[in-house]
Amino acid sequence: MEILVCARRVPDTSENEIQLNSGGNDIERDELVYSINEADNYAVEEALQIVARVGGTVTVVTVGGEDDEEILRREMAMGANHGVLITDEAFGGSDGKGIATILKAFVQKGHYDLILTGVQAEDGGAQVGGMLAALLDYPFASLVNSIEVLDGKKLKVSREIEGGNKEMNEIDLPCVLSIQTGINEPRYVGMRGIRQVASVPIPTFGASDLGVDPGAVGEAAARVKRVDYFVPALGKGAEILRGSREENVDKVLELVAAKGGLK
Amino acid sequence: MVGIQSASEVTSWLVTGRILFLIIHVLGILCFAYIVARRMVPLLRAERDFRFDHHWLRLGRVLKFWLGQWKQPRYKLAGTLHIFIFAGFIVLAVRAFSVLIVGVSENFVMPGLAGRAGPIYDIITDYAATIVFLCMAIAVIRRLVFKPARYAVPPRYGKAHTADAIVLLSLIAILMVADSLFAAAKAAAQSQPGQSIETLAAFSLPWILQKVLASMSLPTLGRLYFGAYLVHELTFYFLLCYRPFGIQFHVETSLFNIYFAKLDREILKPVRWGVAEEHMNQVKSFGVKTFEDFTWKHILDFYSCADCGRCSDNCPANAVGRPLSPRFISIKARDYAFQHYPVIGRALDGTALVGKDSGGIYSEDEIWSCTTCGACETECPLLVEYIDKIVDLRRGMIDDGNVPQSLQKPLKALESRGNPYGKMEKKKADWANAKDFQQTCRVKTLDHPNDADTLYFVDSITSYDDRMQSIGRATAKILNHVGENFGILGAAEKDSGHEVRRFGEETLFMALRDHNVDAIKASGVRRIVTSDPHAYNALKHDYKDVPPVEHISQVIASELRAGKIKFNPVDDKNNVYTYHDPCYLGRHNQVYDDPRDVLDAIPGLKRVEMTRCRDRSFCCGGGGLMLFYEPKEDQRMGVKRVQMAAEAGANVIVTACPFCMVNMEDAIKVAGLEGKMTAIDLAELVDQQIARESQKVA
Repeated sequence: MEILVCARRVPDTSENEIQLNSGGNDIERDELVYSINEADNYAVEEALQIVARVGGTVTVVTVGGEDDEEILRREMAMGANHGVLITDEAFGGSDGKGIATILKAFVQKGHYDLILTGVQAEDGGAQVGGMLAALLDYPFASLVNSIEVLDGKKLKVSREIEGGNKEMNEIDLPCVLSIQTGINEPRYVGMRGIRQVASVPIPTFGASDLGVDPGAVGEAAARVKRVDYFVPALGKGAEILRGSREENVDKVLELVAAKGGLK
Repeated sequence: MVGIQSASEVTSWLVTGRILFLIIHVLGILCFAYIVARRMVPLLRAERDFRFDHHWLRLGRVLKFWLGQWKQPRYKLAGTLHIFIFAGFIVLAVRAFSVLIVGVSENFVMPGLAGRAGPIYDIITDYAATIVFLCMAIAVIRRLVFKPARYAVPPRYGKAHTADAIVLLSLIAILMVADSLFAAAKAAAQSQPGQSIETLAAFSLPWILQKVLASMSLPTLGRLYFGAYLVHELTFYFLLCYRPFGIQFHVETSLFNIYFAKLDREILKPVRWGVAEEHMNQVKSFGVKTFEDFTWKHILDFYSCADCGRCSDNCPANAVGRPLSPRFISIKARDYAFQHYPVIGRALDGTALVGKDSGGIYSEDEIWSCTTCGACETECPLLVEYIDKIVDLRRGMIDDGNVPQSLQKPLKALESRGNPYGKMEKKKADWANAKDFQQTCRVKTLDHPNDADTLYFVDSITSYDDRMQSIGRATAKILNHVGENFGILGAAEKDSGHEVRRFGEETLFMALRDHNVDAIKASGVRRIVTSDPHAYNALKHDYKDVPPVEHISQVIASELRAGKIKFNPVDDKNNVYTYHDPCYLGRHNQVYDDPRDVLDAIPGLKRVEMTRCRDRSFCCGGGGLMLFYEPKEDQRMGVKRVQMAAEAGANVIVTACPFCMVNMEDAIKVAGLEGKMTAIDLAELVDQQIARESQKVA
């Protein structure tokens, strides 16, 4: 099975202190460390496990800049066969539909049976997977937390339903799935693995390579625009504990107990 | 020979004894040689291991640990028994050979025993055989009646080894009886009227047997003599060829195992012997994944394990019910070797060692459960190595990406941020920059060469953890008090990588180390001080070309001796203190006395020792990445440790390691000892008790 995983590089929420920039329209990016979007990492692991069972190849693609090569190498160190970087000045500032349009053009240049995305980017809106499927006219399932290959043409996937329930679906190939975290346990990638793929060439594609009309993507074509970025003001009923850690723990216990959460 | 025929002359079944025994000798020796040759096969297929240096030093260790049985008395009864059995075997070895040769050539006398030495040696061997026999009897009784807990085999590791042990002990006992009977029959025959009398050692086994046999007729004695000899002969060779099939193999392998034992225990084994670090990229696979990835010495360790259970008896992971028992790391590997390299038949292809699902002998949790505290290695009388094997198995798992999710986050953070918490580098020195602290004790950040003589290497936990920052501040105040010109690296300091390396992530460790070595060299300092034993161990043994490093307890002790530190008496005279030895300060670096000397210098401080102290200290639960690992266990190690402190009658646990502090303070809460027990770092206590000028004036 030929599997394409669409991945994205995002600021690592566990290793950064996110602060607003002085303009108030973005976060301060100077000292951020980035990593692959967590859900995308699960998608790559799932692709690798499927290929280990039924054969095939895994290609990881990202739309971005030179810096984003880093995550492609990490996923190649994990075991992905190919990494592809889609980069073009014209792509900057694309909205979700713009990214989906670019990816659609890339998908149509190859032959992929299955396209995976993470359920959502940590700094995104869970848009691209669905839009990509629609643009390709492929079936789509979101929040997938297990995949079983039925035969060459069908998958059985389960989707996470609110409240922890599962829904089983059959879906025809080729299709697009958005992968929920927790579907598997992604393998560890160490520095050594990354170094071993450090010199593997990563092909890059631009707008002309993909036949994408620069006017249809990028900032100019974006119909969703970010106008502000802020930390929500303290609402009513919210209480911020400002004591020492010990005091806070005691206070939390007291509050939870008072609301009947502890018996 | 007078009185009865010598064994070699007896003819039965148309074969003279001489020929019969010659056949037994040849068959026995050939059989043994063949088995040993087959046992060598996995060693030859194993990885390299460089142990062919320092011959005199190694011989000295053979004298101490093998001939001198140095570690045996750590277990009083079993150790004493073993020393007697071992000594008996050594004494009897010469006799065994001469007795074997007598079967073929009756007048043979071992060179050196022809003159007066002969009878004296005979008397000694009579007693030796008796003592070994008695020891066997005691050992059987221990196994059957008293059943020491450490010999038990938990169900998950298979069946009890008692039957094997009894068979072995009985065989040795039979050998002793046969040997004694042989001598007794001969002596009894000689003591018949008209014969010259050969004296046996009074009250020895042969002597008793001789008394019993005294009234028997010569022909009966002749048959007994021959029978005893035959039994001796057969038992001897059976034992010889049976030994390479189990724990008894250590009789042969122990000498070699101790000779080739690791000399520099504190230094971890390289990923591959004989491959320089800069060529490490060319190594296809890291660590131990299949049995043959172990080094030949590690396989010799497996053969040599005597199943005495002392390692697991001292292993903190085993004590709290984690799925790890060092004894079975060896036993399972030895069983694997015997199964995959059979004496008869072809060697079988090896499967992965780790991962029960894929048919491995070890589970992942088993390998991650080790805190590398070193208690097992300290105890092992045969100097079997465990830490290197555990680390090598982890290297293999890391290489395959087989790492628990709980460890992946901190490893990733170490890679991108240089600390396992994912905290910003620029906040590394925040503990020292708090305004109220800066006013009492200024801590320089060493941005330029030669800003200071001494570097305080703080490491991640003391820099970032709210509670442990207090240890950092206490250390800085102590250094300040003794007038040390010191500073810290601040944002330029990355995690020492001590646990990164011990968790098998060698490449990441090398990156952290190289960064720190460059930063240390750029600072131009001439000495390093740290309050973290893990950083201390890393800087001392894992790093190269850095200035000498001292732990703060050593600095305090030497300043105390120099008279630069004076203490105020303790406030509460009712407190009873006990010192908990951190593994990487005590067992791994033998710093036992300095912290105790410091405590004893504080006026009015009452100190008691826990039963498990110094090199038998009980690990708190592990540091570094171990704090992120979620072990399967019945109880926390720390809880057991604080209970030990309570049993010793202490209500204050003093330690000298930030990780011990994390575990102790948690354990005090979990054990429900809050308010009854406290933990304090040595540096914090010293800072609190130091008599400062201002106070003197006041």
